[in-house]
Amino acid sequence: MLNTISLTTLSFIIGFFIAIPFGLARCRTGTLMSKITYGYVYIVRGTPLLVQIFLLYYGAGQFHKELRQVGLWWFFREAYYCGLLALTLNTVAYQAEIVRGAVEAIPKSLEEAGASVSLSRFQIYRFIHIPIATARMLPALGNEFVLLLKASALVSVIAVTDVMGQARYLFSETLDLSVFYIAAINYLIIVLIAEAILRKLEKRNIWLATY
Amino acid sequence: MEHCNQKVPNKIIISISALNKWFGDLHVLKDINIDVEKSERIVIAGPSGSGKSTLIRCINALEKFRSGKIVVNDIELTDDRKVVEQIRRGVGMVFQSFNLFPHLTILENCTLGPIQGMSLPKDKAVDNAMHFLEKVNIPEQANKYPGQLSGGQQQRVAIARSLCMNPDVMLFDEPTSALDPEMVKEVLDIMVDLAKEGMTMICVTHEMGFAKEVADRIVFMDQGQIVEQNNPNEFFTNPQNERTKLFLHQIL
Repeated sequence: MLNTISLTTLSFIIGFFIAIPFGLARCRTGTLMSKITYGYVYIVRGTPLLVQIFLLYYGAGQFHKELRQVGLWWFFREAYYCGLLALTLNTVAYQAEIVRGAVEAIPKSLEEAGASVSLSRFQIYRFIHIPIATARMLPALGNEFVLLLKASALVSVIAVTDVMGQARYLFSETLDLSVFYIAAINYLIIVLIAEAILRKLEKRNIWLATY
Repeated sequence: MEHCNQKVPNKIIISISALNKWFGDLHVLKDINIDVEKSERIVIAGPSGSGKSTLIRCINALEKFRSGKIVVNDIELTDDRKVVEQIRRGVGMVFQSFNLFPHLTILENCTLGPIQGMSLPKDKAVDNAMHFLEKVNIPEQANKYPGQLSGGQQQRVAIARSLCMNPDVMLFDEPTSALDPEMVKEVLDIMVDLAKEGMTMICVTHEMGFAKEVADRIVFMDQGQIVEQNNPNEFFTNPQNERTKLFLHQIL
Protein backbone atom coordinates (compact mmCIF):
# COMPACT_ATOMS: atom_id res chain seq x y z
CA MET A 1 0.00 0.00 0.00
CA LEU A 2 2.77 2.33 0.96
CA ASN A 3 4.58 1.53 -2.25
CA THR A 4 1.57 2.34 -4.35
CA ILE A 5 1.06 5.68 -2.68
CA SER A 6 4.73 6.60 -2.75
CA LEU A 7 5.18 5.51 -6.36
CA THR A 8 2.17 7.44 -7.52
CA THR A 9 2.73 10.65 -5.57
CA LEU A 10 6.48 10.76 -6.16
CA SER A 11 6.23 10.21 -9.88
CA PHE A 12 3.36 12.68 -10.09
CA ILE A 13 5.18 15.46 -8.24
CA ILE A 14 8.55 14.93 -9.90
CA GLY A 15 6.76 14.60 -13.22
CA PHE A 16 4.95 17.89 -12.60
CA PHE A 17 8.14 19.86 -12.13
CA ILE A 18 9.67 18.37 -15.23
CA ALA A 19 6.46 18.80 -17.21
CA ILE A 20 6.37 22.56 -16.64
CA PRO A 21 9.42 23.42 -18.76
CA PHE A 22 8.40 20.73 -21.25
CA GLY A 23 4.92 22.18 -21.57
CA LEU A 24 6.21 25.72 -21.86
CA ALA A 25 8.67 24.61 -24.52
CA ARG A 26 5.75 23.16 -26.46
CA CYS A 27 4.03 26.54 -26.43
CA ARG A 28 6.63 28.18 -28.60
CA THR A 29 5.86 26.30 -31.79
CA GLY A 30 8.57 26.01 -34.38
CA THR A 31 11.58 26.12 -32.11
CA LEU A 32 13.95 23.18 -31.68
CA MET A 33 12.88 22.62 -28.08
CA SER A 34 9.24 22.38 -29.05
CA LYS A 35 10.07 19.80 -31.72
CA ILE A 36 12.13 17.71 -29.31
CA THR A 37 9.44 17.77 -26.66
CA TYR A 38 6.83 16.95 -29.28
CA GLY A 39 8.79 13.86 -30.26
CA TYR A 40 9.09 12.84 -26.64
CA VAL A 41 5.38 13.27 -25.96
CA TYR A 42 4.50 11.42 -29.18
CA ILE A 43 6.62 8.39 -28.35
CA VAL A 44 5.66 8.15 -24.70
CA ARG A 45 1.96 8.57 -25.38
CA GLY A 46 2.07 6.23 -28.34
CA THR A 47 3.51 3.20 -26.57
CA PRO A 48 1.91 1.19 -23.78
CA LEU A 49 3.18 1.86 -20.27
CA LEU A 50 3.72 -1.85 -19.83
CA VAL A 51 6.14 -1.88 -22.74
CA GLN A 52 7.95 1.12 -21.29
CA ILE A 53 8.25 -0.59 -17.91
CA PHE A 54 9.67 -3.77 -19.47
CA LEU A 55 12.08 -1.81 -21.65
CA LEU A 56 13.43 0.04 -18.66
CA TYR A 57 13.68 -2.87 -16.26
CA TYR A 58 14.87 -5.68 -18.51
CA GLY A 59 16.73 -3.27 -20.74
CA ALA A 60 18.64 -1.99 -17.71
CA GLY A 61 19.39 -5.58 -16.79
CA GLN A 62 20.96 -6.13 -20.22
CA PHE A 63 23.19 -3.08 -19.82
CA HIS A 64 24.14 -3.69 -16.23
CA LYS A 65 27.87 -3.72 -17.02
CA GLU A 66 27.74 -0.24 -18.62
CA LEU A 67 25.50 1.08 -15.85
CA ARG A 68 27.91 -0.16 -13.23
CA GLN A 69 30.66 1.77 -14.97
CA VAL A 70 28.63 4.97 -14.95
CA GLY A 71 27.70 4.33 -11.34
CA LEU A 72 23.96 4.16 -11.91
CA TRP A 73 23.45 0.47 -11.41
CA TRP A 74 22.21 0.91 -7.83
CA PHE A 75 19.23 2.73 -9.32
CA PHE A 76 18.34 0.46 -12.20
CA ARG A 77 18.90 -2.67 -10.18
CA GLU A 78 15.84 -2.00 -8.05
CA ALA A 79 12.45 -2.77 -9.61
CA TYR A 80 10.93 0.00 -7.49
CA TYR A 81 13.19 2.66 -8.98
CA CYS A 82 12.68 1.38 -12.50
CA GLY A 83 8.96 1.49 -11.95
CA LEU A 84 9.25 5.00 -10.53
CA LEU A 85 11.26 6.14 -13.54
CA ALA A 86 8.81 4.60 -16.00
CA LEU A 87 5.82 6.19 -14.27
CA THR A 88 7.56 9.57 -14.08
CA LEU A 89 8.55 9.59 -17.73
CA ASN A 90 5.03 8.61 -18.64
CA THR A 91 3.29 11.25 -16.56
CA VAL A 92 5.67 13.95 -17.78
CA ALA A 93 4.35 13.47 -21.30
CA TYR A 94 0.71 13.79 -20.30
CA GLN A 95 1.27 16.62 -17.83
CA ALA A 96 3.29 18.57 -20.39
CA GLU A 97 0.29 18.59 -22.66
CA ILE A 98 -1.92 19.69 -19.77
CA VAL A 99 0.48 22.55 -19.01
CA ARG A 100 0.58 23.54 -22.65
CA GLY A 101 -3.19 23.54 -22.94
CA ALA A 102 -3.59 25.71 -19.87
CA VAL A 103 -0.95 28.25 -20.86
CA GLU A 104 -2.04 28.55 -24.46
CA ALA A 105 -5.61 29.17 -23.38
CA ILE A 106 -4.68 32.48 -21.78
CA PRO A 107 -5.71 35.15 -24.26
CA LYS A 108 -3.17 37.72 -25.34
CA SER A 109 -5.65 40.41 -24.43
CA LEU A 110 -5.03 39.71 -20.76
CA GLU A 111 -1.31 40.24 -21.26
CA GLU A 112 -2.14 43.54 -22.92
CA ALA A 113 -4.37 44.50 -20.03
CA GLY A 114 -1.52 43.76 -17.65
CA ALA A 115 0.81 45.82 -19.78
CA SER A 116 -1.66 48.69 -19.80
CA VAL A 117 -1.47 48.88 -16.00
CA SER A 118 2.31 48.93 -16.46
CA LEU A 119 3.11 45.47 -15.12
CA SER A 120 6.52 44.15 -16.13
CA ARG A 121 6.83 40.92 -18.13
CA PHE A 122 7.75 39.05 -14.99
CA GLN A 123 4.79 40.49 -13.09
CA ILE A 124 2.46 39.54 -15.90
CA TYR A 125 3.70 35.96 -15.70
CA ARG A 126 3.45 35.89 -11.94
CA PHE A 127 0.06 37.54 -11.43
CA ILE A 128 -1.76 36.62 -14.60
CA HIS A 129 -0.32 33.60 -16.41
CA ILE A 130 0.57 31.44 -13.43
CA PRO A 131 -2.65 31.81 -11.41
CA ILE A 132 -4.92 31.38 -14.40
CA ALA A 133 -2.97 28.47 -15.88
CA THR A 134 -2.74 26.75 -12.51
CA ALA A 135 -6.48 27.03 -11.96
CA ARG A 136 -7.11 25.69 -15.45
CA MET A 137 -4.78 22.75 -14.97
CA LEU A 138 -6.23 21.57 -11.70
CA PRO A 139 -9.11 19.38 -12.96
CA ALA A 140 -6.96 17.80 -15.66
CA LEU A 141 -4.13 17.17 -13.21
CA GLY A 142 -6.52 15.54 -10.77
CA ASN A 143 -7.63 13.29 -13.57
CA GLU A 144 -4.04 12.47 -14.42
CA PHE A 145 -3.29 11.59 -10.82
CA VAL A 146 -6.09 9.05 -10.73
CA LEU A 147 -4.97 7.59 -14.06
CA LEU A 148 -1.40 7.38 -12.78
CA LEU A 149 -2.60 5.63 -9.66
CA LYS A 150 -4.31 2.97 -11.69
CA ALA A 151 -1.35 2.72 -14.05
CA SER A 152 0.93 2.13 -11.07
CA ALA A 153 -0.68 -1.29 -10.73
CA LEU A 154 1.38 -2.31 -13.75
CA VAL A 155 4.66 -2.18 -11.86
CA SER A 156 3.55 -5.37 -10.15
CA VAL A 157 4.71 -7.23 -13.26
CA ILE A 158 8.33 -6.42 -12.41
CA ALA A 159 7.80 -7.67 -8.90
CA VAL A 160 7.27 -4.43 -6.99
CA THR A 161 5.26 -5.09 -3.85
CA ASP A 162 2.56 -2.48 -4.29
CA VAL A 163 -1.14 -3.12 -3.74
CA MET A 164 -1.43 -5.12 -6.97
CA GLY A 165 1.81 -6.95 -6.37
CA GLN A 166 0.68 -8.01 -2.92
CA ALA A 167 -2.68 -9.10 -4.29
CA ARG A 168 -1.09 -11.26 -6.96
CA TYR A 169 1.27 -12.85 -4.47
CA LEU A 170 -1.57 -13.60 -2.06
CA PHE A 171 -3.64 -14.96 -4.90
CA SER A 172 -0.88 -17.29 -6.01
CA GLU A 173 -0.64 -18.56 -2.42
CA THR A 174 -4.34 -18.82 -1.57
CA LEU A 175 -6.13 -18.86 -4.95
CA ASP A 176 -8.76 -16.75 -3.20
CA LEU A 177 -10.40 -14.24 -5.57
CA SER A 178 -11.34 -11.89 -2.76
CA VAL A 179 -7.76 -10.59 -2.58
CA PHE A 180 -8.51 -8.70 -5.79
CA TYR A 181 -11.68 -7.22 -4.34
CA ILE A 182 -9.63 -5.94 -1.43
CA ALA A 183 -7.00 -4.59 -3.84
CA ALA A 184 -9.71 -2.74 -5.73
CA ILE A 185 -11.03 -1.25 -2.49
CA ASN A 186 -7.52 -0.13 -1.57
CA TYR A 187 -7.27 1.82 -4.79
CA LEU A 188 -10.73 3.26 -4.27
CA ILE A 189 -9.76 4.55 -0.84
CA ILE A 190 -6.74 6.35 -2.24
CA VAL A 191 -8.82 7.83 -5.03
CA LEU A 192 -11.41 8.99 -2.50
CA ILE A 193 -8.78 10.85 -0.50
CA ALA A 194 -7.25 12.33 -3.65
CA GLU A 195 -10.61 13.55 -4.91
CA ALA A 196 -11.42 15.13 -1.54
CA ILE A 197 -8.18 17.10 -1.69
CA LEU A 198 -8.88 18.07 -5.29
CA ARG A 199 -12.33 19.36 -4.44
CA LYS A 200 -10.90 21.51 -1.65
CA LEU A 201 -8.36 23.02 -4.02
CA GLU A 202 -10.96 23.65 -6.69
CA LYS A 203 -13.12 25.58 -4.23
CA ARG A 204 -10.69 28.46 -4.56
CA ASN A 205 -11.31 28.66 -8.26
CA ILE A 206 -15.02 29.44 -8.40
CA TRP A 207 -14.25 32.21 -10.88
CA LEU A 208 -13.43 29.58 -13.49
CA ALA A 209 -17.10 28.69 -13.83
CA THR A 210 -18.01 32.18 -14.97
CA TYR A 211 -15.01 32.77 -17.20
CA MET B 1 -26.34 70.35 -27.55
CA GLU B 2 -24.15 71.39 -24.69
CA HIS B 3 -20.46 71.37 -25.52
CA CYS B 4 -17.83 70.92 -22.88
CA ASN B 5 -15.77 73.90 -21.89
CA GLN B 6 -13.21 74.89 -24.47
CA LYS B 7 -9.78 73.94 -23.28
CA VAL B 8 -7.05 76.47 -22.77
CA PRO B 9 -4.18 75.82 -25.20
CA ASN B 10 -1.75 73.70 -23.26
CA LYS B 11 1.44 71.71 -23.44
CA ILE B 12 1.58 68.90 -25.92
CA ILE B 13 1.21 65.57 -24.19
CA ILE B 14 1.48 63.24 -27.16
CA SER B 15 3.35 64.02 -30.32
CA ILE B 16 3.37 61.62 -33.23
CA SER B 17 5.46 62.40 -36.28
CA ALA B 18 5.88 60.51 -39.53
CA LEU B 19 4.57 57.28 -38.05
CA ASN B 20 4.59 54.32 -40.41
CA LYS B 21 3.63 50.78 -39.62
CA TRP B 22 3.46 47.62 -41.66
CA PHE B 23 1.87 44.27 -40.86
CA GLY B 24 4.18 42.23 -43.05
CA ASP B 25 3.68 43.83 -46.46
CA LEU B 26 0.49 45.62 -45.55
CA HIS B 27 1.06 49.31 -44.94
CA VAL B 28 -1.39 49.98 -42.13
CA LEU B 29 -0.28 53.40 -40.90
CA LYS B 30 0.87 55.85 -43.51
CA ASP B 31 2.84 58.87 -42.39
CA ILE B 32 0.75 59.83 -39.39
CA ASN B 33 1.36 63.24 -37.88
CA ILE B 34 -0.69 64.40 -34.94
CA ASP B 35 -0.22 66.32 -31.71
CA VAL B 36 -2.45 66.01 -28.67
CA GLU B 37 -2.60 68.79 -26.10
CA LYS B 38 -3.22 68.35 -22.41
CA SER B 39 -6.95 68.09 -21.60
CA GLU B 40 -7.80 67.78 -25.25
CA ARG B 41 -10.49 65.24 -26.14
CA ILE B 42 -9.95 63.56 -29.47
CA VAL B 43 -12.28 61.14 -31.18
CA ILE B 44 -10.81 59.03 -33.93
CA ALA B 45 -13.41 57.78 -36.37
CA GLY B 46 -13.30 55.87 -39.58
CA PRO B 47 -14.26 52.67 -41.35
CA SER B 48 -12.98 49.26 -40.24
CA GLY B 49 -9.40 48.57 -41.09
CA SER B 50 -8.49 52.22 -41.26
CA GLY B 51 -5.81 51.81 -38.63
CA LYS B 52 -7.56 53.65 -35.80
CA SER B 53 -6.98 50.99 -33.15
CA THR B 54 -3.48 50.31 -34.42
CA LEU B 55 -2.64 53.96 -34.04
CA ILE B 56 -3.63 54.25 -30.42
CA ARG B 57 -2.05 50.90 -29.61
CA CYS B 58 1.24 52.30 -30.87
CA ILE B 59 1.03 55.04 -28.28
CA ASN B 60 1.34 52.67 -25.35
CA ALA B 61 3.64 50.31 -27.21
CA LEU B 62 1.19 47.45 -27.62
CA GLU B 63 2.11 47.67 -31.29
CA LYS B 64 5.58 48.31 -32.60
CA PHE B 65 6.25 50.64 -35.49
CA ARG B 66 9.03 50.68 -38.00
CA SER B 67 9.55 54.33 -38.63
CA GLY B 68 8.49 57.59 -37.10
CA LYS B 69 8.56 59.07 -33.65
CA ILE B 70 6.17 59.06 -30.75
CA VAL B 71 6.78 61.30 -27.75
CA VAL B 72 4.57 60.90 -24.68
CA ASN B 73 4.94 63.29 -21.77
CA ASP B 74 8.32 64.41 -23.14
CA ILE B 75 9.57 60.82 -23.20
CA GLU B 76 10.37 59.35 -26.57
CA LEU B 77 9.02 55.86 -27.13
CA THR B 78 11.80 53.39 -27.84
CA ASP B 79 12.23 49.64 -27.58
CA ASP B 80 13.80 49.96 -24.14
CA ARG B 81 11.67 48.07 -21.62
CA LYS B 82 12.15 50.67 -18.90
CA VAL B 83 11.07 53.49 -21.20
CA VAL B 84 8.01 51.53 -22.27
CA GLU B 85 7.02 50.86 -18.66
CA GLN B 86 7.49 54.49 -17.76
CA ILE B 87 5.32 55.65 -20.62
CA ARG B 88 2.65 53.06 -19.84
CA ARG B 89 2.43 54.39 -16.30
CA GLY B 90 1.15 57.66 -17.70
CA VAL B 91 -1.17 56.16 -20.30
CA GLY B 92 -4.32 54.29 -19.40
CA MET B 93 -6.14 52.07 -21.86
CA VAL B 94 -9.68 50.77 -22.01
CA PHE B 95 -10.27 47.86 -24.38
CA GLN B 96 -13.22 46.84 -26.46
CA SER B 97 -13.51 43.51 -24.67
CA PHE B 98 -12.85 44.93 -21.20
CA ASN B 99 -9.96 42.52 -20.51
CA LEU B 100 -10.52 42.35 -16.78
CA PHE B 101 -8.45 39.75 -14.92
CA PRO B 102 -10.95 36.94 -14.43
CA HIS B 103 -9.21 35.34 -11.49
CA LEU B 104 -9.20 38.50 -9.36
CA THR B 105 -12.06 40.31 -7.66
CA ILE B 106 -13.06 43.73 -8.92
CA LEU B 107 -11.14 45.35 -6.10
CA GLU B 108 -8.06 43.26 -6.79
CA ASN B 109 -8.30 44.12 -10.47
CA CYS B 110 -8.00 47.77 -9.53
CA THR B 111 -5.26 47.36 -6.95
CA LEU B 112 -2.94 45.03 -8.88
CA GLY B 113 -1.49 47.77 -11.06
CA PRO B 114 -0.93 50.32 -8.28
CA ILE B 115 0.56 47.78 -5.88
CA GLN B 116 2.87 46.10 -8.38
CA GLY B 117 3.43 48.76 -10.98
CA MET B 118 3.53 51.83 -8.72
CA SER B 119 4.65 50.16 -5.49
CA LEU B 120 1.76 51.63 -3.54
CA PRO B 121 1.18 50.11 -0.10
CA LYS B 122 -1.87 47.90 0.06
CA ASP B 123 -4.18 50.08 2.16
CA LYS B 124 -3.55 53.15 0.01
CA ALA B 125 -4.16 51.08 -3.09
CA VAL B 126 -7.47 49.86 -1.69
CA ASP B 127 -8.58 53.41 -0.81
CA ASN B 128 -7.53 54.54 -4.25
CA ALA B 129 -9.45 51.72 -5.89
CA MET B 130 -12.63 52.30 -3.86
CA HIS B 131 -12.48 56.01 -4.74
CA PHE B 132 -12.51 55.26 -8.45
CA LEU B 133 -15.02 52.44 -8.12
CA GLU B 134 -17.36 54.95 -6.48
CA LYS B 135 -16.67 57.33 -9.28
CA VAL B 136 -17.90 54.82 -11.84
CA ASN B 137 -20.87 53.99 -9.62
CA ILE B 138 -19.95 50.44 -8.84
CA PRO B 139 -18.46 50.26 -5.33
CA GLU B 140 -20.87 47.58 -4.10
CA GLN B 141 -19.44 45.04 -6.57
CA ALA B 142 -15.91 45.29 -5.21
CA ASN B 143 -15.71 41.70 -4.04
CA LYS B 144 -17.34 40.07 -7.01
CA TYR B 145 -15.53 38.47 -9.90
CA PRO B 146 -15.67 39.96 -13.42
CA GLY B 147 -17.61 36.96 -14.72
CA GLN B 148 -20.46 37.85 -12.39
CA LEU B 149 -20.90 41.34 -13.80
CA SER B 150 -22.70 42.60 -16.87
CA GLY B 151 -20.80 44.02 -19.84
CA GLY B 152 -21.54 47.60 -18.93
CA GLN B 153 -20.41 47.03 -15.35
CA GLN B 154 -17.24 45.31 -16.51
CA GLN B 155 -16.35 48.16 -18.78
CA ARG B 156 -16.88 50.67 -16.01
CA VAL B 157 -14.56 48.61 -13.83
CA ALA B 158 -12.05 48.62 -16.67
CA ILE B 159 -12.22 52.40 -16.74
CA ALA B 160 -11.77 52.55 -12.97
CA ARG B 161 -8.84 50.15 -13.21
CA SER B 162 -7.07 52.42 -15.65
CA LEU B 163 -7.87 55.51 -13.62
CA CYS B 164 -6.34 53.94 -10.51
CA MET B 165 -2.94 54.31 -12.16
CA ASN B 166 -3.48 58.09 -12.29
CA PRO B 167 -2.70 58.40 -15.95
CA ASP B 168 -2.18 61.63 -17.82
CA VAL B 169 -3.89 60.30 -20.93
CA MET B 170 -6.71 57.81 -21.35
CA LEU B 171 -6.95 55.78 -24.53
CA PHE B 172 -10.27 54.17 -25.42
CA ASP B 173 -10.33 51.46 -28.07
CA GLU B 174 -14.00 51.18 -29.14
CA PRO B 175 -15.11 50.93 -25.52
CA THR B 176 -18.80 50.49 -26.25
CA SER B 177 -18.68 48.39 -29.40
CA ALA B 178 -19.06 45.11 -27.53
CA LEU B 179 -21.88 46.29 -25.29
CA ASP B 180 -25.60 45.76 -25.56
CA PRO B 181 -27.28 49.04 -26.51
CA GLU B 182 -28.89 49.62 -23.12
CA MET B 183 -25.47 49.50 -21.43
CA VAL B 184 -23.75 51.88 -23.81
CA LYS B 185 -25.18 54.93 -22.08
CA GLU B 186 -23.86 54.07 -18.63
CA VAL B 187 -20.32 53.79 -19.99
CA LEU B 188 -20.56 56.90 -22.14
CA ASP B 189 -21.83 58.86 -19.14
CA ILE B 190 -18.66 57.98 -17.25
CA MET B 191 -16.57 59.02 -20.20
CA VAL B 192 -18.40 62.32 -20.46
CA ASP B 193 -17.74 62.94 -16.75
CA LEU B 194 -14.08 62.20 -17.28
CA ALA B 195 -13.97 64.62 -20.18
CA LYS B 196 -15.60 67.34 -18.13
CA GLU B 197 -12.94 66.94 -15.47
CA GLY B 198 -10.26 67.72 -18.00
CA MET B 199 -8.75 64.30 -18.67
CA THR B 200 -6.84 64.07 -21.91
CA MET B 201 -8.69 61.46 -23.92
CA ILE B 202 -8.18 59.77 -27.25
CA CYS B 203 -11.20 57.73 -28.13
CA VAL B 204 -11.70 55.38 -31.06
CA THR B 205 -15.44 55.03 -31.33
CA HIS B 206 -18.45 54.90 -33.59
CA GLU B 207 -20.59 56.82 -31.12
CA MET B 208 -21.00 60.09 -32.99
CA GLY B 209 -23.38 61.48 -30.39
CA PHE B 210 -20.61 61.19 -27.84
CA ALA B 211 -18.20 62.81 -30.26
CA LYS B 212 -20.50 65.76 -30.83
CA GLU B 213 -20.97 66.27 -27.12
CA VAL B 214 -17.45 65.87 -25.88
CA ALA B 215 -14.78 66.00 -28.56
CA ASP B 216 -12.56 69.00 -29.18
CA ARG B 217 -11.35 67.44 -32.38
CA ILE B 218 -12.56 64.63 -34.58
CA VAL B 219 -9.89 62.83 -36.54
CA PHE B 220 -11.11 60.88 -39.53
CA MET B 221 -8.91 58.04 -40.69
CA ASP B 222 -9.20 55.91 -43.76
CA GLN B 223 -6.82 53.27 -45.09
CA GLY B 224 -4.09 54.15 -42.65
CA GLN B 225 -4.07 57.89 -43.23
CA ILE B 226 -5.48 60.86 -41.39
CA VAL B 227 -7.82 62.18 -44.02
CA GLU B 228 -9.39 65.07 -42.18
CA GLN B 229 -9.57 66.52 -38.71
CA ASN B 230 -11.73 69.30 -37.42
CA ASN B 231 -13.84 70.35 -34.47
CA PRO B 232 -17.17 68.53 -34.28
CA ASN B 233 -19.30 71.40 -35.58
CA GLU B 234 -17.26 71.84 -38.72
CA PHE B 235 -16.68 68.13 -39.15
CA PHE B 236 -20.32 67.15 -39.25
CA THR B 237 -21.74 70.13 -41.08
CA ASN B 238 -18.93 70.90 -43.46
CA PRO B 239 -16.79 67.87 -44.33
CA GLN B 240 -14.08 68.75 -46.78
CA ASN B 241 -12.89 65.45 -48.18
CA GLU B 242 -14.86 63.10 -50.39
CA ARG B 243 -14.04 60.08 -48.25
CA THR B 244 -15.22 61.90 -45.13
CA LYS B 245 -18.49 62.76 -46.85
CA LEU B 246 -18.98 59.13 -47.85
CA PHE B 247 -18.30 57.92 -44.32
CA LEU B 248 -20.65 60.44 -42.74
CA HIS B 249 -23.32 59.56 -45.26
CA GLN B 250 -23.04 55.93 -44.26
CA ILE B 251 -23.24 56.38 -40.52
CA LEU B 252 -25.61 59.29 -40.06
